[in-house]
Amino acid sequence: MELFSCDVLVVGGGGAGLRAAIAVVESDPRLRVAVISKVYPMRSHTVSAEGGAAAVIKAGDSLDEHAYDTISGGDWLSDQDAVEAFVKEAPEEMLRLEHWGCPWNREPDGSLAVRPFGGMKVQRTWFAADKTGFHMLHTLFQTTLKYDTIQRYDECFVTKLLVNEGRCQGVVAIEVATGKILAITAKAVILCTGGCGKIFPFTTNANIKNGDGMALAYRAGAPLKDMEFVQYHPTGLPFTGILITEAARSEGGWLLNKDGYRYLQDYDLGKPEPKPVLRSMELGPRDRLSQAFVKEQEKGRTLQGPYGDYVHLDVRHLGEKVINKKIPFVRELCLKYENIDPVKEMIPVRPVVHYMMGGVSTDIQGATPLPGLYAAGEAACVSINGANRLGSNSLPELLVFGSRAGRAAAAFASAQPDTSPSVLLAAHDEESRLEQMLGKRGGKESIATLRAEMHRAMEESAGIYRTESSLGQAAQKLSELQDRVEDLSLDDHSYTFNTELTSALELSYMLDLAQTIVHAARERRESRGSHQRTDHPQRDDKGFLKHSLVFRGKDGTPRIDYSPVTITRWPPGQRVYGR
Amino acid sequence: MSSPARYTPYHPKWYRRRVSVWWWLETSSYTGFVLRELTSVFVAIFALVLLWELRALAQGPAAYAAFLARLRTPAFLILHAVAFLFVLFHSVTWFNLAPKAMAVRIRGKRVPDLVVAGLNYGAWLFLSVIVAFILLRG
Amino acid sequence: MPQTVTIEVARYRPEREAEPIFETYEVPFRKDWVVLDALNHIKDKLDGTLSFRWSCRMGVCGSCGMSVNGRPKLTCAAFLSDHLPGPIRVEPLRYFPVVRDLVVDITDFMRKLKKVKPWIIRKEEKPLSGGEYRQTPDELDAYKQFSMCINCMICYSACPIYGLEPSFIGPAAIALAQRYNRDSRDQGAEERLEILSEHDGIWQCTFVGECTKVCPKNVDPAGAIQQYKLTSALHWVRTLLPRG
Repeated sequence: MELFSCDVLVVGGGGAGLRAAIAVVESDPRLRVAVISKVYPMRSHTVSAEGGAAAVIKAGDSLDEHAYDTISGGDWLSDQDAVEAFVKEAPEEMLRLEHWGCPWNREPDGSLAVRPFGGMKVQRTWFAADKTGFHMLHTLFQTTLKYDTIQRYDECFVTKLLVNEGRCQGVVAIEVATGKILAITAKAVILCTGGCGKIFPFTTNANIKNGDGMALAYRAGAPLKDMEFVQYHPTGLPFTGILITEAARSEGGWLLNKDGYRYLQDYDLGKPEPKPVLRSMELGPRDRLSQAFVKEQEKGRTLQGPYGDYVHLDVRHLGEKVINKKIPFVRELCLKYENIDPVKEMIPVRPVVHYMMGGVSTDIQGATPLPGLYAAGEAACVSINGANRLGSNSLPELLVFGSRAGRAAAAFASAQPDTSPSVLLAAHDEESRLEQMLGKRGGKESIATLRAEMHRAMEESAGIYRTESSLGQAAQKLSELQDRVEDLSLDDHSYTFNTELTSALELSYMLDLAQTIVHAARERRESRGSHQRTDHPQRDDKGFLKHSLVFRGKDGTPRIDYSPVTITRWPPGQRVYGR
Repeated sequence: MSSPARYTPYHPKWYRRRVSVWWWLETSSYTGFVLRELTSVFVAIFALVLLWELRALAQGPAAYAAFLARLRTPAFLILHAVAFLFVLFHSVTWFNLAPKAMAVRIRGKRVPDLVVAGLNYGAWLFLSVIVAFILLRG
Repeated sequence: MPQTVTIEVARYRPEREAEPIFETYEVPFRKDWVVLDALNHIKDKLDGTLSFRWSCRMGVCGSCGMSVNGRPKLTCAAFLSDHLPGPIRVEPLRYFPVVRDLVVDITDFMRKLKKVKPWIIRKEEKPLSGGEYRQTPDELDAYKQFSMCINCMICYSACPIYGLEPSFIGPAAIALAQRYNRDSRDQGAEERLEILSEHDGIWQCTFVGECTKVCPKNVDPAGAIQQYKLTSALHWVRTLLPRG
């Protein structure tokens, strides 16, 4: 086992993680900050984000309006103090990124350009062609190269948080290329590991989104918040789950069922107009669009394909010139991965899991209830997104809360004594556990089978619409899978770049998190935002205007508790679109 | 490359494949590239012949006649034919690659590659016509 | 359309082998499957010991570059149907040291990326209260193409200079330097010029042009390098003139 130490350790090298690392260095250049990631940072999933990032800069827009759109979009489960801080800091964070070189799209006069986005009443979404996340990530990564004090541990897979004397003091990780176990002690740890969409079979998420950080925090005793809120993106390609960006709809695309009918008008989302209208029809919020798909599916008005049901997204009427200028990546994706040309044909789409509103519970500084442990980005739940996230809010969230968590962790670390050596006892235990996992032979279960069964259970029972009995079945199935995973042994016993070992560890993270989602969903007996119960179809502010917290029970089963939602200036109202 | 693996735990042995000396035969673009580079040899030869011609001119009509006679021998005719083909190849590849290296921008917009290459070819043709005119007239 | 297709995969387990060997697998043929899907099928169903990198499955993360039938490609964008009748040969990216199976070591590339100073360099920073740096769509266009690089290193794998002289700084690194040089907000062109005019910099490039041909994102690194050579040469000429 090899030992390293630093002052602040950032787990995850995506948008939030890199921003946090820069924030630590800038707040105190004497602090030793390290970024540890299971992939090289430019592979982080931030890179796939397409549509844009929202921040108030144009005249005719106001922070209150952005806040209201976010809070009402979140079906009033958002913590309003966090939202107010978020909308206030988003413009300056994004501007700072522009100063660091991010190639935002521009108006002819050279000022920043914005475009409309679903759920936002005013145009405030900044964009960089339709590869906003790619440009943001690369700008952040290249900017971190400027600082020699940011140490990086690339392709190191974190397997456990080290907790000692009631605070988080580091991590244990595998250096994937060599199989060596690393123990990195730190005075503060920031989890920026992203979401866990790979728990579901149809997802836009990359292979690496297994909820590592969420599971690590959960196992270390920190609670996860609002896990039941899983956002489906209404338009993803059926086989690969590749996201067809919201921008295709905000530029004027139409969603058509098998009869070529713009079916959204049947679901209280406004009237079909030839040009897109903000917050109406195809520009309504994502959860309402995904629910409309399921209802169409029940009525038998969706098309059947080899990978599942789907509907059509039609952008042909926009013309080749507009498509190539405004949504070139959409055309490129369809051609390269499904052999479809959106200029001439309709794109097959279906709802796919896209984002986890839930995550490690943090306050508005990014601190979790476990001292020394922080979280930011999709891995965290502050919560600003509440029960449903608006498109183009997650990219600024990375910057705002990455920065906040970085500064808070830096301040905390500066005030801490050095980590005690007794923390290494736990590290040695973890090393033995991993050695055992690597060497085990003779098990009957396979990773692929268990993963497929988890997928089926989650899609059938904990998908867009849920019932008490479907969730109960899922809980049972997951419990069974947790038992069966004990009988898993690997084919690959090599130390060198063993991706089967990392896949097995990822599977165990996902099973833990799947259980938290299902249990939290079962206890929330109402429908709100992206959590829809057919047996409790109404929103119940009296009973459930609160955050679900999931703790890991002693025997491993999730224990549910609740915490209040912070309401400041916007009392709960109705989410209304298209009127 | 067939020494036994010297792998030690936690310090794996990376493998580096040797690049074959025939790498340039693997794809047509690699081969084309090497031929393009070889054109420089023939351009150099042609330049030397030109210098030799100047020297012969300076030495008087007898030397010049001897030089011209040398040029008419089969060896030199073949050499010049091959050199001409290579120089042609050189010019074509040069003009095709020129727009890549120059990236001309007029009023902020990039001039298309075809236009830049086209202008080069056009100038070449124009100059060739003038040279031909002078030679054929005289 | 065939039912199955043969995949020959280069395997290298440093504990066992002195050099890579090939193992053959039969995978189902599907019209919409790419080579990466075949590799995942092998790993899930046939041989769990196969190691390879992948993440986004949509050509934007740059993880899955490998050599398919001798040509460097993103395996998430290489349809099985384009490589019929098979067998399809999958090897790790050429010119890089192989760590294991289809995984290569890229620390050399990461070092070179940092070397070209790929960040905005300014003599004086504008305060945030001053708003954004104005940049017209034409100014954005001047460097946009070079900013599209996903760091997949397929260009390095196609560059024979890099293969023969691994110290060459390489296409992607130079294209990234150009991305910043051409950015109207950047003032670091001089600093980068010094670094890139060194022995292993732009002048090692002999304009083979293969890097641009194989780039999956149309970054045109060859163009970037040649343009940079021109800029560098003009700069050198200017330094010779009295009063620059």
